[in-house]
Amino acid sequence: MKLTKLLATAAMTLGLATGAFADGHEKTKVGFVYVGPIGDGGWTFEHNEGRLAVEEAFGDKVETIYQENVPEGADAERVMTQMALGGADLIFTTSFGYMDPTINVAAKFPNVKFEHATGYKRADNVSTYSARFYEGRAVQGHIAGKMTKTNVIGYIASFPIPEVIRGINAAYIHAQKVNPDVEFKIIWAYTWFDPAKEADAAKALIEQGADVILQHTDSTAPQAAAEQAGGVVTFGQASDMAEYAPFPRVSSIIDNWAPYYVARTQAVMDGTWESVDTWDGIPTGMVKIGEITDAVPAEVKAEALGMVEAMRTGAYHPFTGPLKKQDGSDWLAEGEVADDGTLAGMAFYVEGLTGEIPQ
Amino acid sequence: MDLSSINAASLIASLMVASTPILLAALGEMVVEKAGVLNLGVEGMMIAGAVCGFVIAVETGSPLAGFAFAAFGGAVLSLLFGVLTQYLLSNQVATGLGLTLFGLGLSALLGQGYVGQKAPPIARLDIPVLSDLPFVGPVLFSHDVMLYLSLAMVAGVAWWLKNARGGLILRSVGENHDAAHALGYKVVRIRLMAIMFGGACAGLGGAYLSLVRVPTWVEGMTAGAGWIALAIVVFASWKAGRVLLGAYLFGGITVLQLNLQAAGAKLPVVVLDSSPFVITIVVLVVMSSARNRAALAAPASLGRPFHASG
Repeated sequence: MKLTKLLATAAMTLGLATGAFADGHEKTKVGFVYVGPIGDGGWTFEHNEGRLAVEEAFGDKVETIYQENVPEGADAERVMTQMALGGADLIFTTSFGYMDPTINVAAKFPNVKFEHATGYKRADNVSTYSARFYEGRAVQGHIAGKMTKTNVIGYIASFPIPEVIRGINAAYIHAQKVNPDVEFKIIWAYTWFDPAKEADAAKALIEQGADVILQHTDSTAPQAAAEQAGGVVTFGQASDMAEYAPFPRVSSIIDNWAPYYVARTQAVMDGTWESVDTWDGIPTGMVKIGEITDAVPAEVKAEALGMVEAMRTGAYHPFTGPLKKQDGSDWLAEGEVADDGTLAGMAFYVEGLTGEIPQ
Repeated sequence: MDLSSINAASLIASLMVASTPILLAALGEMVVEKAGVLNLGVEGMMIAGAVCGFVIAVETGSPLAGFAFAAFGGAVLSLLFGVLTQYLLSNQVATGLGLTLFGLGLSALLGQGYVGQKAPPIARLDIPVLSDLPFVGPVLFSHDVMLYLSLAMVAGVAWWLKNARGGLILRSVGENHDAAHALGYKVVRIRLMAIMFGGACAGLGGAYLSLVRVPTWVEGMTAGAGWIALAIVVFASWKAGRVLLGAYLFGGITVLQLNLQAAGAKLPVVVLDSSPFVITIVVLVVMSSARNRAALAAPASLGRPFHASG
């Protein structure tokens, strides 16, 4: 009897609470689900900068909540459900592996808007957004191809998903263009964030002759490992990682989510929010190239900046033919540019890369 | 596949470095469990040690001061667990889990402002002739002092638990605390000391991560190493020698699989990536099953609360 009474009271409170939210509470509540800690110095750090920008832009009119270190999978669904029950109006889920959980939870809360980063599944209340990191990878590949002396470039990859494969291809195409002898050694870390493993991977690559390390994992650990080894070039990933400039970090890809987060929050406040697919890059400033340091020879720096400018104006696309796939079959004819559909689902290496993409 | 690109000497040298954090943490936890206490807070104490060691090493410029303070920090944090579980008789499992959460949060707080800073380099052994020997030099004679200390601690703990009077008392407390109490041993005090030893070891392991293996401070950088240390203690059937074997197997295969990937091994990456877990568990379980059951057994009083009145 007591238990049923308790449950009934709880249900009533919950009903009242949701009722209150439906009436239009004063503050817009925005939730963020993070895959790593906000202090990772990379991916999650930049998403959190975006969150802080939302707070600064709207002040008292907005309330943000976030949860760090959320594993990709069932736990993510629980976290999103809690945020939705807690009255969030808009929830950003900031890792590829949150794709299915986001769709599942969004189906249960039709009035809550969801924004999933780097995925491809949408619904009426689920938008997707991503950045064209491959534009930055092209610049890195160019610098890497010019700067390597051993002609071995190490690549710490995370998971075999299109976004990561695109990055490897873009970097390789442009490294190979300026240095035909270049070889890529790729390690799949199967994690976004594990500093010890990332450092071990960097060391393994360096011991096997790599003198440039590209990373697609989130922490600064590979930078530290490269610095310790000495004479190894690195690039900041997701965040500037300027602590390691001017060397080993000679440049970086910076994810700049703040303008997007502010615009989407504004849309929710105005009631103009719609499910969209956003994929922006250097032209809109969603992808930024961090300062190229003086450790890079002046003419290489000038070429790299020229590439950035060409991509900004739309004059150059990193995936421009002629390009072949790894198996030797034709992909893009002379002058042909890859379409977004192929890029979004990219699951093949370009010609010249060795090894197989894990299934 | 181009296996010739893997240099055996530097591979072994890096696997020793990669294994040391887990080895230190697992060795400490083994002593704690031998005293009959289950402290699931290893991850929290490790990360606390990682941040304490890093902050002090950066401020003083001395990595050794960092390690000393990391051990102190880990011990202080474990004392919190000790007081709660030994005097206030709280549930060990819940308190240990709480300690992990607390350690992760506390370290994130203490580490603010130290993200991305550089650790002062730690001196490496450099003996003329010996350190320059091919293969033997990089494997045996060119490490940092903490790595040698960790190996000495394994030998010391193994000997102490087996032969020293103190070790026998500690084990008696872990096997049957009522009997040990009846003999006049201070069960709670002995357990507190074991808990603090475990905390200090976990702190050293964490500091080895932030000062030698990575070396930088990143929030949440232990990323589950503490849980692996806990698992190794169980699979090593509470024997110091096997803790060493387990930690080196795990760290070794982790490093080896990364090297195999870089060398372009024609093995599925998923298999390579899971191999450290699978092989470590299989080896240790097979070893344990070959012995009689007494050798397998956990300390009989493991995880049971003790009160003199009971």
